Amino acid sequence: MTKIYNIEVDCANCANKMEEAANKTEGVKSAVVNFMALKLKIEFEDDVNEKNVMKKVLKNCKKVEDDCEIYF
Amino acid sequence: MTKKQKKILIRIIFSTLVTALTVILPLNEYVRLALFLSAYFLIGYDILRKAFKGIVRGQAFDENFLMAIATVGAIILGEFLEGVAVMLLYQTGELFQSIAVGKSRRNIKELMDISPEYANIECNNGEINQIAPEEVSIGSTIIVKVGEKIPIDGIVFEGETSLDTSALTGESMPKDVFVGDEVVSGSINTTGVIKIKTTKKYEDSTVAKILELIENSGSKKSRSEKFISKFAKYYTPIVCLSALIIAVIPPLIVYLFSQNLTFADWIYRALTFLVISCPCALVISIPLTFFSAIGGAGKSGVLVKGSNYIETLSKAKYVVFDKTGTLTKGSFKVTDVIPIALEKEELLEYAALAEMYSNHPISICIRKASNIILDATRVTNVNDVSGKGIVATIDGKTVAVGNLKLMDSLGIDFKDNDFIGTRVYVAIEGEFAGQIIISDEVKPTSKIAVQELSKLGIKKTCVLTGDSRAVANKIGQELIIDEVFAELMPNDKVDVIEQLLGDLSTNEKLVYVGDGINDAPVLARADVGVAMGALGSDSAIEAADIVLMDDDPLKLVKAIKISKKSVRIVYQNIVFALLIKFICLVLGALGLSNMWTAIFADVGVMIIAVLNSIRAFKVK
Repeated sequence: MTKIYNIEVDCANCANKMEEAANKTEGVKSAVVNFMALKLKIEFEDDVNEKNVMKKVLKNCKKVEDDCEIYF
Repeated sequence: MTKKQKKILIRIIFSTLVTALTVILPLNEYVRLALFLSAYFLIGYDILRKAFKGIVRGQAFDENFLMAIATVGAIILGEFLEGVAVMLLYQTGELFQSIAVGKSRRNIKELMDISPEYANIECNNGEINQIAPEEVSIGSTIIVKVGEKIPIDGIVFEGETSLDTSALTGESMPKDVFVGDEVVSGSINTTGVIKIKTTKKYEDSTVAKILELIENSGSKKSRSEKFISKFAKYYTPIVCLSALIIAVIPPLIVYLFSQNLTFADWIYRALTFLVISCPCALVISIPLTFFSAIGGAGKSGVLVKGSNYIETLSKAKYVVFDKTGTLTKGSFKVTDVIPIALEKEELLEYAALAEMYSNHPISICIRKASNIILDATRVTNVNDVSGKGIVATIDGKTVAVGNLKLMDSLGIDFKDNDFIGTRVYVAIEGEFAGQIIISDEVKPTSKIAVQELSKLGIKKTCVLTGDSRAVANKIGQELIIDEVFAELMPNDKVDVIEQLLGDLSTNEKLVYVGDGINDAPVLARADVGVAMGALGSDSAIEAADIVLMDDDPLKLVKAIKISKKSVRIVYQNIVFALLIKFICLVLGALGLSNMWTAIFADVGVMIIAVLNSIRAFKVK
């Protein structure tokens, strides 16, 4: 399953860090941040609860970039 | 400007004022210090806070941390003015960047402002209701007034108007539509009210497909983007480490030789390093360039699905075209009429009358070419000979119109010629009367497009077709195409592409241009698959990497120009930013530059790189 979320982040480098953090999150197969469009595209592992994974993704992103936001 | 940006701007202005006053006014030492510090905290408090949070979370080495260390260090060393100035310029740079990025985001949003907000539905009592396009079911009747966007693909069944499709195709010429014509969502109704019977759901309509494509574009990153994000990951720690080494090792060496401990000078040099350690200029300029390029391309009706395709397209060396519908119009037309004894018009008239009840594409184009009003009373005994043609009685004479097989089966002796195209033979009262040649027309811009391609460094152009060799060669010669592959079955096309790909080195790419119908495997196999004339064809939009909304082959030339320009900009930015940073690092290490030069170089490089990136939006 792949979903696209709106995000908020201020700088391009921070967006890269978010992408890395999201990719390392359990339940995420692959994550791509599009800084210019302010979108986060996440491909989930099979049989995971999307909401729970997204909570973890947001937590991990906040760790690397305090100012970011993901809308899910 | 957003609220956030305004707030920063106000902080920059006040902090600059306070700093200026501190420098100009003859003040007591302590008052000066107090003013400097207040200016510093005013401009830098958020960065200090973020730096602190970063350390707590174990995420040092981000740009906030570096800026904090550099400026606090400068202040401790007694360089108050430099500390404040570095923070001020850094924030100004960030503000500039955020405004520039915001502006290009808005540019592209406006451009892609094709999404319809509502659909007008006519209720049973004649009232008109506005509902969300998503709620309209297939086969509904919707009304589109003047100035409104068509929300869903459908067929006009009442009214006529001109449509402005420029938001979709970049083509400013309005398109006239009448009852029975298909209309695509996203076009703007400009002159008359029309009623449309919808043929698709909103989510399958052109507009929804395009918006989805735009949303997803950019999630496929280019190699240069990947390179830079990797680079950024190592760049900052390496610069920081070098700063630490500069701060500690040289003073120790000096101490060993001269017993003099002079840390301050070396620490200052190390702090200069930190000022240039932020990779932001590089990291921002590359996605910004590709984003601008994708936006600029979209403006002219070229949809690109990801920045990686821009990069690949810029390396195109072979361009392979499908013939029908790509280089040619894909619609048939009578190109020659060769009668034996009659006038041309008479021959056409007989053929048109005989074919008057047929819906075969060939019959339709013969009727179009004849240009007379067909009088049904003249035609009797129409006999459709399946796969061969038609025999009918016209004005009392037996007329046979059809292919070679029909002539053979009727035992008619005919004369052939060397015109290229589909031949329709006509016999009247058992005597051969002449033939009509029907062929596909070459698009008016195909030839210029092929010429332009070779100017852009394309080494070879090819055409693939299932058509006969004679037809293919004729087009090949007319358009000056390097290699012609004819009489191909659909699966042969993939083999030809494989074979051509084998000739290219890894840095040379193959572009395939087709109409997106029946050639999905070929589109997928090519390095870049381009679908043309995709307006209204959702399968083409899905299958291709780059989608040309209308069917003008010159758009491909434009797409390649855009790709080359943006890749050039990306390289310029990478080389320029790295060079300046490297020079600053060397000068800083030698003590030849100070914090002023460093921050000016850093912010300056960023501003220039950003401005350069935005250039990608505009392509002639």
